[in-house]
Formats: sequence, structure tokens, C-alpha cells
Amino acid sequence: MKFEEIISNLTSKFGEEFIVALHENASPKCIEINANGLVEAMQYLHGTEKLYFDSLSCITGLDNGVEAGTMEVIYNLYSIPYGHHLMIKVKLGREQPTVDSLTSIWKTADWQEREVFDLYGVHFENHPDLRRILLPADWEGFPLRKDYEHQTYYRGIKVAE
Amino acid sequence: MANEVQYIFDNQNLQKSEPQKFNPEDLKREEMIINIGPQHPSTHGVLRLEVITSGEEIVDVVPHLGYLHRCFEKHAESLPYNQTLPFVDRMDYLAAMNSEHAFVMGVERMLGIENTIDKRVEYIRVVVAELNRLASHFIALGTYAMDIGAITPFPWMLRDREHILRLLEWASGARMLYNYIWVGGLFYDLPVGFEERCLEFCQYIKPKLKEFEELVLQNKIFVDRTANVGVLPVGLAINYGITGPMLRGSGLKFDLRKVDAYSVYPEIDFDIPVGKGEMGAIGDCWDRTWVRMEECHQSVKIIEQCLTKLTGEHKRTRDFDPRATVPKKIRPKAQDFYVRAENPKGETGFFFRADGRSDIPYRCKARGASFVNLSVLGELSKGGLIADMIAILGSIDIVLGEVDR
Amino acid sequence: MGLLDQKLGQGGIIITKFEDLINWARLSSMWPMSFGTACCAIEFMSTAGTPYDLDRLGIIPRASPRQSDVMIVAGTVTFKMADRVRRLYEQMAEPRYVISMGSCSNCGGPYWEHGYHVVKGVDRIIPVDVYVPGCPPRPEALIGGLLKLQEKIKGESIVAPKAIENLLAKTDA
Repeated sequence: MKFEEIISNLTSKFGEEFIVALHENASPKCIEINANGLVEAMQYLHGTEKLYFDSLSCITGLDNGVEAGTMEVIYNLYSIPYGHHLMIKVKLGREQPTVDSLTSIWKTADWQEREVFDLYGVHFENHPDLRRILLPADWEGFPLRKDYEHQTYYRGIKVAE
Repeated sequence: MANEVQYIFDNQNLQKSEPQKFNPEDLKREEMIINIGPQHPSTHGVLRLEVITSGEEIVDVVPHLGYLHRCFEKHAESLPYNQTLPFVDRMDYLAAMNSEHAFVMGVERMLGIENTIDKRVEYIRVVVAELNRLASHFIALGTYAMDIGAITPFPWMLRDREHILRLLEWASGARMLYNYIWVGGLFYDLPVGFEERCLEFCQYIKPKLKEFEELVLQNKIFVDRTANVGVLPVGLAINYGITGPMLRGSGLKFDLRKVDAYSVYPEIDFDIPVGKGEMGAIGDCWDRTWVRMEECHQSVKIIEQCLTKLTGEHKRTRDFDPRATVPKKIRPKAQDFYVRAENPKGETGFFFRADGRSDIPYRCKARGASFVNLSVLGELSKGGLIADMIAILGSIDIVLGEVDR
Repeated sequence: MGLLDQKLGQGGIIITKFEDLINWARLSSMWPMSFGTACCAIEFMSTAGTPYDLDRLGIIPRASPRQSDVMIVAGTVTFKMADRVRRLYEQMAEPRYVISMGSCSNCGGPYWEHGYHVVKGVDRIIPVDVYVPGCPPRPEALIGGLLKLQEKIKGESIVAPKAIENLLAKTDA
């Protein structure tokens, strides 16, 4: 299915203002949507027969820096039977970034969301088990944020050098 | 110059850095927590499993990761694309060439130079990647047999793997972490005589694979331990985002080498083995192992075809320069880009955001196949025995460098 | 070894220092703990495997820290792992030795600059006897490291005269 058809499907279902922006130069092409309607949109993309995005390949967190004051979560979808790709993007505020969890649709979202939480501090609502996954539980800060400064000592060991 | 020991010891440190998910007091009377790893030979590295058992039966498995979190993504967004390549090697250290291939392909596509690359370069890339796939599968099969309780296959596989390492060392200068495939080209051309030696290796390995198949896969004990254990239905596998031999073991013919048809794979004739449920239900541990075994045969087939091309149509010439198309400055246009390729473990993906101003990516996320594949462990192990869980974990074939990145 | 067999075979007597005998016994059966953290663990496996065959040096990997003499820290040590490395080291019985294998565990290696979660040298957690450089070190290099450790054990002394002298000096004063 073409990118335009996916857009027309989404707009006919959720209305024009649902789509915030389109990024045609991205590969696969990207739709930026409102964070409030994420779960419904994903349910639609996953469950509709012609679209049928059955595989969630990758969840990426992204920090736009202190000046922009926003964070992004990017979802890469792929449909195995139809072979079409799609990138979905949501923009969140940098203070207390919160977005709904997709674990009810894709089980693979569980760990990938935990990773985004671990490295960026994005809070996923309704996630069954939101803990740090890679870093120690008593680690300070979220290391992939652009303004991250690591702690000087951990267990008495110097972190840098 | 040696450092002083700076570590401050405290008895509670272990609990503080990675607390258990379950509290022993909340469990039922007959249930208990067994902690496996991070230092355990059958966890394939530094993976820790918190296993809740009721007698021999498993109630829940909680994997604890991150004991090898080496900050790949931080390095990727601090270093230029070409300097990130060694860190890509160290992610999936058993199949460095395959990860390199994926990463390099992504950067080349972002630059728009993927069609200017010499065909010989592409064929060499496929040869080394497939050799590395063989090496990775050898470790997977050897250690898996060892997990199940057979010692012999492991030294056998190490012996055969050593031949591959020698070949790749000859080409790139390193045994495991190569930095051989560069953005836009290769480090060097293949050394003189490589093609012949590689062909010899292909002839050597074929009967060895057969031998291994008879020793392990047809072995009654092995079949009893793996057939009908850890059955993974296709629907569940897709929902968990599982790719690679695991997904194919569940019976879905899905291989990115065919689906995406990247590099020179469309010009090569090879099959995609899928699990048929010969020994039990489709998608059990035996099927996954069988798929890996068959993939070894296919890889040998691919290598042979590439070698024919490399000695015929695209043969070595005096003026062939593998670095001819290596860009002086890697500065892609501003864009988001997701690239994926078939790693021995599954789909390795890289998400890039280039800002168009520098040769350092603004963001580079690595999607590790092992990371995603491992997440199904809890679901598969529930209700089974502890020994079955070890069999399931081995059949997932994780490499911790890629799980934790 | 040939000389020893001959002498013992004929019911002969060997006169040696007790210290040398102990050291000889220790260095000829060093059992490393099979403890791999990262890429170097694969090279450690290759070393223990068929092509390089560590068994001929009397080196057999053990799975349990309680049975092993040498800890080969094969690979990157992260902060999360640091607690566990220390715990494993504490669980080993004396005399115990540590070989730091590879750049990562020597000094942080390639993760030196941006690796916020990597300990820049395992010697900040546990004392190290031998450092093996390389990323990853070749099996030959690891065997070299083990031979170096054997040399070190050869020169060891059970009674450390210096230490006793120091102690005596302290009590006198």
C-alpha cells in the first residue's frame, strides 16, 4: 500500500487534524501524530485488514535538546504479508515526557519501551513492568539525554577516567 | 600502570544495583526463587535469570540484562560514521561482518552512493559476511549441544570455526572484530589466493556439516531434549518481533536477504530453510537448530557462487581499488533513516537521524536481534522444566553484546 | 618433566625445597574460572578449544569460583557487573590470581572516552596480576599471559621474610 493511501485511511478514520506533520524525506516515510491518539492509531494500523502492520521493528527514543524542549518516540512498523513500511513519530514535552504504552498490541514493545525509559526517561503509561533494563537500578540520570552529565563516582569508582 | 582498588564493598550492593523483581515473601509456599547467572556457563555470557519455580516446574522467568551495556548509542552519536564501525563490530561480536554490512549499507543509502559501489566490492562483502554467518552458527550449534549435555560437538565446531577465522584474518588482519567493510568500499581487496583457499574450505566443510548433523541432530538424546520443547507459534513470534532463524523455525519463510534483496543477494540462488516439525511440533527447539544447520549449507552455497563470480566476471584486476568510492567526508542530508539486514541472529536494524550539518549522526539507535528475541524466553519457558529452559535459551542463540549493546 | 618421571620411576628420591614443590604444583594446574563477559570470552573459548588446547598446560576451565585458582576477566566490565565481579573474587579460595584479558578490562579500551557505564580497568575493583593486551587478544597472547603468571607463581614464597621483618620492626617500636 502506498504512503498516500495509508494517510487517507488514517484521515478518514480519525480526521484531518489527527496528523501533525508528514516527513516525506524520511525512509520509510514518516507520519507524525498526536501523542494522545497513539494507541487507537496503532490499533487501527495493526488490526485493519488492508494495512495489517503486524510487526513492530523498532522503538527509538530521541532527545531534541534543551533549547527545542521536546523529545520524540519513533516507531518503525512493517507488514510481513504486504511488505510495506511505515514510521510513526510522536513528539513529547521534555519535562515529564509521557506516552501510552503499546504493550497491549505488540508484546515486543515491552522491552523496547523499557529501554527507552532507561536511556531517556520517557514514561510509558500502562506499561506492566516499567523498570530500568540496562543500567543499574541506582544509577542517576538518563544517559542519552543531550544534557546528561554522568555521576562522578559509582561505588567509589570514578566513572570517567 | 596499575590502578588502586577503589571499589567500596557493601553487602547490599548486589541488591541495590539490580534488585529482584519478586519478593520471596510474596510467593506461595512451594515456590522459590532460583538465580541463574550472570556467571553461569549456559547463559552464554552475562545474562541473569530470576527463575520462580514450583518444584521442578517453572512459574516465571525474569531475565535481567545490562551486565554488558557498553553504551553503543552514546558512542555512535559522539563519533563520525566511519569511526563508529569498530563499535558496531563489538555489538554482535560473533558476526561482526554482518553487522558492519548493515550499518555501512544504511550510511551508503543515506549518502545516495549505494549504486556507485563496484560489484566486486559487493561480492566480497557477501563472501565475508556469509563466512561470518557460518562462524556464528558454528558457535550457536556447538554451545547449544554443550548446553544439552554433549561435549564433543563444541570442540568440533571450534575446530572448523578456526578455519574461517584464519581466512578472515588473512583478508582483514583481525580474528574476530574486523572493521573490514567500510562506508563506500572495503579496507583492502582480498589477498591473492584467497578465492582458491576459500573454495578449498567449502569443499572441506561440506562433509563436516553432514557429520555434525548425524552426530547431533539425529541423535536420540538430542531429539528427546529438544523436540516439542519451547514451541513457538508463528503468530506469537511475530507479535514478539522475533526474526531470523527463530522465526523461520516457526515455519514462516521470511528472510531479509530475499525480502529486501539487498546487496547482490538477488543475483544468487539459495533457499530459505523453514521449520517443518520433523521431530515434533513446528517451532520447537529442534526446528530452530535444524534451520541453523540448513542455513550453514545455504551459506556455503552462496559463498561458492560468489567465488565463481569473483574469479570470473568480476575477477581481480590491477587497477581495482576497493577504496575508490570511499567518500572523503561522510555528510548525509538531514533525514531519518531506518535500515535493516539479516544477521545470523535475526533482523539487525539501525535508525539514523542525520542533521545534515556534520559527519556525526544526531541519533543512532541499534535494534539488536538478540535483544528482541530474548524477550520471548519467559513466555516459552513457563510451565516447563528447568532443564527445558536451558534448552530454550540455547535455541534462541543470543549474544550478550547485542542484547545489552 | 622427563627427568622427574625417570627419577620417580626408579623409586628415586628428589630433594627440593618445599616452597618450590608447592609452587610447582600450583603453577602446573591452574584452573581458571570460565568467566567471560564479552568478545574476549569467545577468544578464551577458542584458546580452551581444540586448535590451541589449554589442557596441555594443565589449565581446565571450571564453572565455579570455589574450585578455581585463576580468574580470567575476559571482556568489558561494566558498573552493573562490578558488584558481581567483586563477589566472585571474594568467593574464590586463596591463593587466587587474576588475569585481565583485553583492553577493556585493562583500562576501558575503546570505551574509555564515551563509555559512561564501563569501568575503566578491572583493577579498580580487584587486584590484577597479569594484564594481557589486545582487542581481543589472540589466543597466543592469552597463553603468553598464563605463562607469565606461571613465572610469577614460580617466584612466590610462602614465608614472606620482608613482611615478617616489617611486622617485627613494628612490634619492637
